[in-house]
Amino acid sequence: MNHLIMIPLLLPLAAGMTNLLLVRKGIGAQRLVSILTACGLLAATLLLLARAETGHIDTYELGNWPAPFGIVLVLDRLSALMLVLTAFLTLPVLLHACNGDDQLGRDFHVIFPLQVLGLNGAFLTGDLFNLFVFFEILLIASYCLALHGLGPGRTRNALRYVVLNLIGSSLFLIALGTIYGVCGTLNMADLALKVAGSTPDQAPLLGAAGLLLLAVFGLKAAILPLFLWLPGLYAAVLPSVAALFAIMTKVGVYAILRTQSLIFTNHGPVPEAAGLLFPVALATLAAGSLCVLGSRRLRVLLAWLVIVSVGSLLAGIGLWNAAGISASLYYLPHSTLVTAGLFLLADHLARQRGPAGDVLEPGPPMSRPNLLGSLFLLGAMAIAGLPPLSGFIGKLLLLNAAQAPVAAWLWSVVLGGSLLGIIALGRCGSILFWKTQGDPLCGPPVSWSRLAPAATLILTAVALSVMAGPVTTYTDAAAGQLLTPDSYVNAVLGRGTP
Amino acid sequence: MEALAALIIAVLVGCGTYLTLRARTFSVVLGLSLMSYAVNLFLFFSGRLTTGAPPLATSIGATADPLPQALVLTAIVIGFGMTAFVVILALRALGELGTDQVDGEDEKP
Repeated sequence: MNHLIMIPLLLPLAAGMTNLLLVRKGIGAQRLVSILTACGLLAATLLLLARAETGHIDTYELGNWPAPFGIVLVLDRLSALMLVLTAFLTLPVLLHACNGDDQLGRDFHVIFPLQVLGLNGAFLTGDLFNLFVFFEILLIASYCLALHGLGPGRTRNALRYVVLNLIGSSLFLIALGTIYGVCGTLNMADLALKVAGSTPDQAPLLGAAGLLLLAVFGLKAAILPLFLWLPGLYAAVLPSVAALFAIMTKVGVYAILRTQSLIFTNHGPVPEAAGLLFPVALATLAAGSLCVLGSRRLRVLLAWLVIVSVGSLLAGIGLWNAAGISASLYYLPHSTLVTAGLFLLADHLARQRGPAGDVLEPGPPMSRPNLLGSLFLLGAMAIAGLPPLSGFIGKLLLLNAAQAPVAAWLWSVVLGGSLLGIIALGRCGSILFWKTQGDPLCGPPVSWSRLAPAATLILTAVALSVMAGPVTTYTDAAAGQLLTPDSYVNAVLGRGTP
Repeated sequence: MEALAALIIAVLVGCGTYLTLRARTFSVVLGLSLMSYAVNLFLFFSGRLTTGAPPLATSIGATADPLPQALVLTAIVIGFGMTAFVVILALRALGELGTDQVDGEDEKP
C-alpha cells in the first residue's frame, strides 16, 4: 500500500483544522497555511500522476479492511488527472482570493481546504456510498463559499442551490438503496461484476437506479433540464469562488464517466443511462450556446460557457469510444482552467469599470486596456475554440471521434455552438474595450502581481496546445483504461490479471 | 410487512414532494425533512425486513444486515446537518430579502 494516496485527503483536512485554530491569529497566518497546502497538494498530485501514468492502478484499503467490505481509494489515470487539475486550479484561485476576497468573512480559509478535500475525495473513492459522503462534504463547503461575502443576491441564489442539491442528495440515496437492495454491495468494482452478471428480472430496478444516478450527477454537472440554478449562482458569488466552482460541474461529469464506464456500461444488461447521455449532451450544448448569445452580463455569459463546456464534454463521453473519451479528457482541463481564468479576469474588468461593473454596455475606459484586452482575447479564443489554442484542438479531436450516424448531429451542434460563442465573445470584447464612454476612473491601474493568477490560468491554454502531444497520449491511455474496466476491477478486488 | 413499509415511504415521499413544490421556504424545509425521513427508511429497508434476527453476527442463523444500519446512520447525520443549514439560510433569506418566497421575490398582487 502506498500512503501517498492519502495526502490529497489528509493535507486539506489538516489545513482546514489548522486554519480554524488560527481564526483569531489573523488572516496572514491562515493565508500562509492555505498557500503552503495548495503548493504541497500540487507536488503530491504530480507525484501521483507520475505513478498513474505507468498504467498501474493503485488501491488503498482504509483500515486495512479488504475490498469489497472496506472502503477503498483507487487511483487510476482519470483520478490522477482530476487531482492534478484540482490542485492546479486551486493555487491561482487562492492567490487571487488573497487580494481581499478572503477578508469578507472569517472562515474563508477554513472552508476552502474542506472544499478541496471533498473534490479530491470524490475523485479518489472507489465506493458509491463514500462518493455520496464526499459529495456532501464538497456541497456543504460550496454552500458556505457561495454565501461568502453575503448580500441579497448571494442569499437568493444560494437558497435555490441548497434546496436543489438537498433534493439531489435524497435521490442519490434512493439510488444507492436500490442498488444495495439488488446487488448487496456498493463497492464500485464489485458492482461492476454484479451488474454485469445480473439476471433479467433485476435489470429494471438497476436501470431505474442508473437513471436516478444520471439525474443526480446531471444536476451537479448542470445538464439540460437541470442547469437553471447555475448561471444565477455563478454570477452572484465572489469571482474567486466562481473560478473554483468551474471544477464543480466537472465533478458531475467525472461521476457520470466513472459510474457509466464501470457499472452501467452501454453494452451491459443495463444500458439505459449510457444511451441517454449523447442526446442530452447535445441538447445542453445547443441551449447553452443560445443563452451565451443572449447574456447581458459578462459573468452570466461565462456561466453559460461553463454549461456549453459540460455539453461538449458529455457529448464526447456519450460517443462511448476511446477517441471520444480521450477528446473529452483533453477538453476537460482546458475548459476548467480557461473558464476559471476568465472569471478572475472578469473581476479585474468589473473593478476597472466602476459602477458599470460587468454589465455589457458602454462604460468608462480602463487603465491598461492593451494588457487586459490581450488576456481577454486569448481567453475568448481558447474557450470559443479558435486555432491555434487548446479549445480548437479539443474540438477537433471531438469532431474526429464521431462515427457516421451521429457525426452529423455532433458536427452541426458543436460547430453551430462555436459560431454563436464567437459572436457573443466578439461582441462582448468590443463593448468592453472599444465602446467606451466618459472619463476613465481614477482608481489605481491593475498591477501585474494581482493579474498574475488570472493570466496564469488563461495562459494554460497556450501551454495545453504546445503540450498537446504528451497530454493526448495520456488521455488516450486514460480512455483505454476506462473502456477496459477489468483492470480496475482486478486491481480493487485483488485478483491477478487473467 | 413489506407492503406497509412501502406504503409509509410512499406517503412520506408524496407529502414531501408536495411540500417541496410550495412557494414558501417553511413548507419547502418541511418537505425536505419528510423526504429525508423517507429516504432514511428506504435505505434501512434495503437490507430486507427481518424480525427477531440478532443485530450482530452470531455462530448460527440469519442476522440482520449491518451495512444499511451504518449507511442510514451516516445519512441521518448528514441530513440533519443539511436541514439545520437550510433552516438558518431560510431565516437569513427572510431577513435579507424581506420575503419568505423561495425565489426571493415578492408575491405578485
